[in-house]
Amino acid sequence: MAERTLAVASANGLHARPAALFVKTVTDSGQTVTLTKGERSINAASILGVVSLGIEHGDHVTLAVDGDNADATLDELAAFLSTDHDA
Amino acid sequence: MGATLELIRGVGIGRGTAVGPVVRMPDPVADPVDRPSTLTPDDERARAEEALSATAARLRARGQVAGGTAAEVLDALAMMAEDPSLADDVRTRIADGATAEYAIHAAMRSFRDVLAAMGGYLGERAGDLDDVARRAIAQLQGLPEPGVPQSSTPFILVARDLAPADTATLDLDSVLALVTTDGGPTSHTAILAREKGITAVVGASAAAELADGATVLVDAENGTVEVNPDAERIALAQQRTATLAAIRSASSGPGRLADGHAVPLLANVGSVDSAREAAARGAEGVGLFRTEVLFLGAEKAPSVDEQADTYRAVFAEFPGQKVVVRVLDAGADKPLAFLTDQGEENPALGRRGLRALQAHEQVLRDQLTALATAAAASDAEVQVMAPMVSTAEEAAYFRAIAHESSISTAGVMVEVPSAAILADHVVPEADFVSIGTNDLTQYVFAADRLLGTVAHLQDPWHPAVLRLIESVGRAGAANGVPVGICGEAAADPLLAVVLVGLGATTLSMSSTSIADVRAELAQHTLDDAQRLAAIAVAAPSAEAARRAVTDARPLNPSS
Repeated sequence: MAERTLAVASANGLHARPAALFVKTVTDSGQTVTLTKGERSINAASILGVVSLGIEHGDHVTLAVDGDNADATLDELAAFLSTDHDA
Repeated sequence: MGATLELIRGVGIGRGTAVGPVVRMPDPVADPVDRPSTLTPDDERARAEEALSATAARLRARGQVAGGTAAEVLDALAMMAEDPSLADDVRTRIADGATAEYAIHAAMRSFRDVLAAMGGYLGERAGDLDDVARRAIAQLQGLPEPGVPQSSTPFILVARDLAPADTATLDLDSVLALVTTDGGPTSHTAILAREKGITAVVGASAAAELADGATVLVDAENGTVEVNPDAERIALAQQRTATLAAIRSASSGPGRLADGHAVPLLANVGSVDSAREAAARGAEGVGLFRTEVLFLGAEKAPSVDEQADTYRAVFAEFPGQKVVVRVLDAGADKPLAFLTDQGEENPALGRRGLRALQAHEQVLRDQLTALATAAAASDAEVQVMAPMVSTAEEAAYFRAIAHESSISTAGVMVEVPSAAILADHVVPEADFVSIGTNDLTQYVFAADRLLGTVAHLQDPWHPAVLRLIESVGRAGAANGVPVGICGEAAADPLLAVVLVGLGATTLSMSSTSIADVRAELAQHTLDDAQRLAAIAVAAPSAEAARRAVTDARPLNPSS
């Protein structure tokens, strides 16, 4: 399992459009991804789960990827979250 | 079909006519009740999974047809239907004995409540989940798919009322006209129709009986929907529309009555883009520049310099003309983090508008400074006004602080009944007043303007509203203070004539309505407008006022 903690870069946090793009990236990867903010962990393939975390700009979240290609997927998802998709 | 159905009455928006086949928007799907399932949990689970995946597939297919931002919105809805967390929740509920319908409804509802509790942008999106749930439930029950129907040929859309979400997917090119059974002249449908220039009749309750495919003649001018009209009626209506279009295109220049009495026609704008559009449509200035649009979503007020840049761009569109800027109107349906108190039980009656600015005076002073800076660098005649003023003291407070900031013309909005009732005391404390008819109507009737179930009370034709406007008009004339109207009322051409008769000196509206209002004003003298105003204020109801004034029009092209 690969894991990383980082700050979310999107100006409006992980809402709506960036959240949908993020979930799409997760499902396309075919890996099992868990997203954690504070005490709460959710299945990152769930858009309802992702938006219910209420992730704002600058919040620290932890990505955990399980699967054959965990490291590459983690890099891809980490790069996604470190980009401002509202810019 | 019975004889009673031949002519259906409602409230017309605009002046157009349209003929075509009816396409009905399916009625909303009722919420399922929680009754024990008669099927096995495996069967219910299979039904639920099939309904959710079919719903997702349909949403994606619609998105592909629509393209652009609509595709993105629909794609996000499809993802919600296929959501694994939702599927887990649905499975749990079915295992506990729920039907597929109820499990989907309840699971979506619980996610919806989570989103709604988060407020802000996500709270607003909570309704999307209800939409997805209703689509899946309609799928399970074999009902037509909710939402705007698709049709390859142009049609007349008959609906209860359109929700904001419906209008996102509405293909305006295929809609000849809109007819709604619910909702009044300030409903979402009416506002959309006005903005886009679509012929519409709203609040036509008898239209609920119209069948799919029936041919109807929609006549917005007269507020009627005629079933199976004959060729002669259609020709007559089309001729009248052509005549009106000719009058409209022939009328240009400043707004004036038939006797030459000037009534400047101004625009309501909220952004640099809408200011540009308004200038192109011949607005003689801006009667309402809503500044809160520039602040929405901001955590703190933009700096004085940032504000001044935006103001300058708007002022540049109107050299030598008047631009009335409304200072921040935060609260109620447009909360701002840095001005609005959290947790008010009745935000429409809370610390909003000028009340919030008084509590955060630096925000007001900064905005006035930015406005004064931008005004000094422009050729526009900049004036400011305060929203939600309730007393003469508040009016005096605002005028003093605006004058201190070197803005020489400072007025107040009249939208709280107390300010209208004491107009003779409030008006002298202002350099001008502007009547906000939407909020004034909401507060006169104690009826939330955003709530569909009380929309029938949200009608600015009501004499209860017109009488207050009349007393403000009188106070304005007695004190030599200009009285403007900003709000949907000024966009209704015949009501605009009545408002001038009640003492309005300028009218401000969405710029698409200016041509229609200008054409109507040109057909009436001031005496005539005052006569029609007297008829309207004497009527017992909004409907009676509208009817009586329509019948008393000296020049009625329909007769």
